[in-house]
Amino acid sequence: MKAVSIEEAVAMIPAGASLMVGGFMGVGTPERLLDELVRQKKTGLSLICNDAATPGKGVGKLFDAALVARLTATHIGLNPKAQQQMLANQIAVDLVPQGTFVERIRAGGCGLGGVLTPTGVGTLVAEGKREIEVDGKPFLLETALRAQFALVHAFLADYLGNLAYALTSRNFNPVMAMAADTVIVTAENIVPVGVIAPDHVVTPAPLVDYLITNG
Amino acid sequence: MDPQIIIARRVAKELRSGNLVNLGIGIPTLVANYVPADLKVFFQSENGLIGTGPIPEQGLEHPTLTDAGGRPISALPGAATFDSAMSFGLIRGGHVDITVLGGLQVDAHGHLANWMIPGKMVPGMGGAMDLVTGAKRVIVAMQHAAKGKSKIVAKCTLPLTSARPVNLVVTDMAVIGFPDGKATLLETAPGVTVGEVLAVTEAELAIPQSVLEMKI
Repeated sequence: MKAVSIEEAVAMIPAGASLMVGGFMGVGTPERLLDELVRQKKTGLSLICNDAATPGKGVGKLFDAALVARLTATHIGLNPKAQQQMLANQIAVDLVPQGTFVERIRAGGCGLGGVLTPTGVGTLVAEGKREIEVDGKPFLLETALRAQFALVHAFLADYLGNLAYALTSRNFNPVMAMAADTVIVTAENIVPVGVIAPDHVVTPAPLVDYLITNG
Repeated sequence: MDPQIIIARRVAKELRSGNLVNLGIGIPTLVANYVPADLKVFFQSENGLIGTGPIPEQGLEHPTLTDAGGRPISALPGAATFDSAMSFGLIRGGHVDITVLGGLQVDAHGHLANWMIPGKMVPGMGGAMDLVTGAKRVIVAMQHAAKGKSKIVAKCTLPLTSARPVNLVVTDMAVIGFPDGKATLLETAPGVTVGEVLAVTEAELAIPQSVLEMKI
């Protein structure tokens, strides 16, 4: 793990990059990284995030600045700007059931080619997908999802990069921290090694590439 | 009584002590208000919490303690938090006893459509497809009709949420179940007759010998 400034971290992300961003309706989202993506005008992003948050909040800022070209999400109904951009064909949107979304990311981080899920069988979601029967029950083959970068927000990060999360701000963060080539983390609190007890570490340090420094 | 409150009060009667329950947005959220205090129900919020509590007093909200709509909530003693993979493992894996969701249409076979209106409303399915596919019991809480049009239809014209039929539909006029896969009128709301329900229901309903009055 390397501690870097927010400017340096975002400078590593090229325009058009694929990004996983943690958070659920903007809760548990690395807000500072999103602000810096907007400041450095990283256009054409391929965004993988549970939802589009709301204008001005979380990944909603990326839609405000029209930086997103593709979106994979489970729900965008609470962000009218993302909806407008989808209906105007400015962004390509792939809507995925939330349980499938997280399992595809988990598969991507765990070396699996995909998962078999009953969710979506017999619905629009099944279109173009392989249906596989196991013990007489139909499942959809949902392929793994990875990204170039995961932008993760933790409650605690220690000097090695071990991470712990708070309450409902954990959500997709630990799963995404396994599924990207480069993992960049912001934390509410940066603490000495040992403050997070081994049993309370959720994301082990070797998964973290860059920790954003305070200030 | 307000139609939404009739529905919420009736759904609350389905919950049993020890149940793990997921409530959707809208009318389903109101159900928590009508659960007797001595009933120990675990409410799950799919953004990663079991043991959701009421909205905190103003000034006591915390930005990391929210419901699936991102609004501040509280956590009860004994609450547990987890990531989204665990949350949907609970849902899809059959560990959630009851899910209560809103609906746009339910058809004569119990199929639910509740996530999009093509060309008009495409918000995304969020967790609805996993909940309907995986929960042990699926209860739909919705108004019987919208703008004079029955929401209990012969066949869903809107895209389905799941191939798995729901177990119970509670409306402001009736309770409908699906024994043998066929929509059956189980109860009518106080002051509502069987004939009145049939008059506003597009789907064919089986009428058992005794149709009970909804207890609310």
